[in-house]
Amino acid sequence: MTALQSPPEPAGTTDPSPSPRRGRRRATALAPRDKLVLGLMLGIPSLLHLALVWVPAMGSIALSFSSWDGIGGFEDIDWVGFQNYVDIFTRYPRFWPAVRNNLIWLLFLIVVPTVAGLLLAVLLDRQLRFGRLYQSALYLPMVLSLALVGFIWQLIYQPEQGLLNNVLGTATSDPVNWLGDPDINLYAVLVAAGWRHTGYIMLLYLAGLKAVDPALKEAAALDGANARQTFFQVTFPVLKPVNVVVLVVTVIEGLRAFDIVYVINKGRNGLELLSVLVTDNIIGESSRIGWGSALAVVLLLISLGFIITYLFQVFREEERA
Amino acid sequence: MTRFSASPHPLMGRRALLKAVLAGAGVAAVPGLAACGSGDGGGGATDTVSFGNNQSDQVPKDAITAVLKSFEGESGLKVSINTKQHEQYQEQINNYLQGKPDDVLSWFAGYRMRFFAEKGLTGDLSDVWSKVSSGYEPGLKEASTASDGKQYLIPFVQYPWGMFYLKSVWQQRGYTVPKTLDEMVALSTKMKADGLAPIAFAQKQGWPGMGTFDQLNFRINGYQFHVDLMAGKEDWQGAKVREVFDTWKRLLPFHQENALGREWQEAAQSLQQGKSGMFLLGTFVAQQFKGKEEDLDFFPYPEINPEHGQDTVEAPIDGYMMSKKPGNPEGAAKLLEFMSTPAAQLAYLKADPTQIAASNKADTSGYNSLQKKAAQVIKEAAHITQFLDRDTDPRFASDAATNGINAFIQNPDDIDTILKGMADQAKTIFTE
Repeated sequence: MTALQSPPEPAGTTDPSPSPRRGRRRATALAPRDKLVLGLMLGIPSLLHLALVWVPAMGSIALSFSSWDGIGGFEDIDWVGFQNYVDIFTRYPRFWPAVRNNLIWLLFLIVVPTVAGLLLAVLLDRQLRFGRLYQSALYLPMVLSLALVGFIWQLIYQPEQGLLNNVLGTATSDPVNWLGDPDINLYAVLVAAGWRHTGYIMLLYLAGLKAVDPALKEAAALDGANARQTFFQVTFPVLKPVNVVVLVVTVIEGLRAFDIVYVINKGRNGLELLSVLVTDNIIGESSRIGWGSALAVVLLLISLGFIITYLFQVFREEERA
Repeated sequence: MTRFSASPHPLMGRRALLKAVLAGAGVAAVPGLAACGSGDGGGGATDTVSFGNNQSDQVPKDAITAVLKSFEGESGLKVSINTKQHEQYQEQINNYLQGKPDDVLSWFAGYRMRFFAEKGLTGDLSDVWSKVSSGYEPGLKEASTASDGKQYLIPFVQYPWGMFYLKSVWQQRGYTVPKTLDEMVALSTKMKADGLAPIAFAQKQGWPGMGTFDQLNFRINGYQFHVDLMAGKEDWQGAKVREVFDTWKRLLPFHQENALGREWQEAAQSLQQGKSGMFLLGTFVAQQFKGKEEDLDFFPYPEINPEHGQDTVEAPIDGYMMSKKPGNPEGAAKLLEFMSTPAAQLAYLKADPTQIAASNKADTSGYNSLQKKAAQVIKEAAHITQFLDRDTDPRFASDAATNGINAFIQNPDDIDTILKGMADQAKTIFTE
């Protein structure tokens, strides 16, 4: 209690600054020192952001119009206009499979872990016995990196020694090559990625459900709604902001997917993703910086599409509030 | 209502974006650059030579360390060794050479050496070569020479590729070494009837299949075609390449299934256990046959086109280059000269007896039977190739060639589409 009675003075206010009421200064007037602190707090991150995000991004866009092997200086760069893009769209055999896989990845993550996460959240919200235990267990995969998840699931998917084929009893007779068969390996990997993602979604929905005003449910019950109706017509609409967050988180997760497939087979043979193609072309013995940059720009454009939509949503809501 | 819009995840999005963008600008390679910078060598002390080592496994690493120790004793110079993980070394070589590379550094012969030499990233070794050339066959000198006629590599060790088999298994079953493709098909048919996978096969790592392509290609079309195709001067959609893939398709049913999910070590195990009959790989396959080396034997890939017979052997050469501006040029030259001696090469081979010395002055009496065979096969060959990924532009090898071969193994009926994809990429890469 004593601590509350004598709150520590916030930094910056130690100077006897003129009270806003005295004089005819604007209500937002800040002491010079506050201004400096604020300026540094805003300025340094902004500069860092500019230098580390926007300068490389612009550089990447510029380089995507070039053909360069990364050796030498600017004078060694050939500018080829849109040639990289034309070649990538028309005759790069790995490009369209990668786009397709990225889209499948997105769709799968949007549908399966979201539905599963919502279901788990609703169940856990009912104050089950050992609810906390389940909650922790389901959230646990989320603390692992996706690369580690890849290692774990490789143990499960191995054809001869793996858990899955042994449980199914196919290990000795006719093992399913879960990660080697390009018709199924994408889905096998998606199960692993979804396993990790579900816990995350569950947690987000759980937080949302905790925030739903119980009075709403009571009112619905008084009106004679059953549990299903209450959920779909009362609770779920209230969860709308959570849905937006879930969607954004999932889209980001879908587009940045990389580590798990790279750990499994370097993103080849059915596991191509745009992020893998960028890496393959940029990093290596002799790189195709221009080509890889063009691929990165394609990925950037796709991401920007989602990010801009999201920002619109957020700002519109803030305006309404 | 909780304000979810303040969740930290948009930040993650930005981070992912940043990663992609940084990668796009090639800046992501910078940590690699830092990791690559020569530890303490590079400049300064004239009694120290820095040495970039890619032998990161314990046994070869100890072996090369011992070799360098004996150089220190002989020359009175100090060597500072900078060891990097083998695969990482290869991936970062571009940045490494443009940063502050070590005075003497590990690399491979062939196109991969020429690529960096022609970019002016490595030092001219003609002077060293004028002293050591009597120790090498002309083919090795050629493999160390760039298009300007100067040498940029000192060959150290090499190893041939061939069809490996276990003598005991073959004796027991009465198999004999096939000399022609038809004989190999007949043998494979017999092996299949005996319940063996005739040809062990693994392509998870992406490169072993290139070996099969190479063998078929120079057996069918000859050495010169291999060189020209790798240099981007021949058409991947042409009839000659088509014939290679058609032949491969005919042989594919004799290859172990599910190759794309298997690593070469696992394929070697199946050979060792007598589950498969033969296996095309380099002599380093012997690493998987500890204690059974004497039972392991190999034969050069059978003849397909009588015009070329078995005149070509694939035998990649590992060696050492000098950085463009060594901190200690005289010391570097001395060390490179030392690495060309039979003594240095044989000392290293004690730890790795799956290769042979590049020097023709090396005393071969201490070789095991596999090394003797390897030396003989290389000696009898009229032409030496390096291996697809060492003979062509790495941009083509790592992407178009690897994925084209993978796609072929997956869908052998799809040759036309696959070859078109490879040809298209060859056109964009080799004209860049």
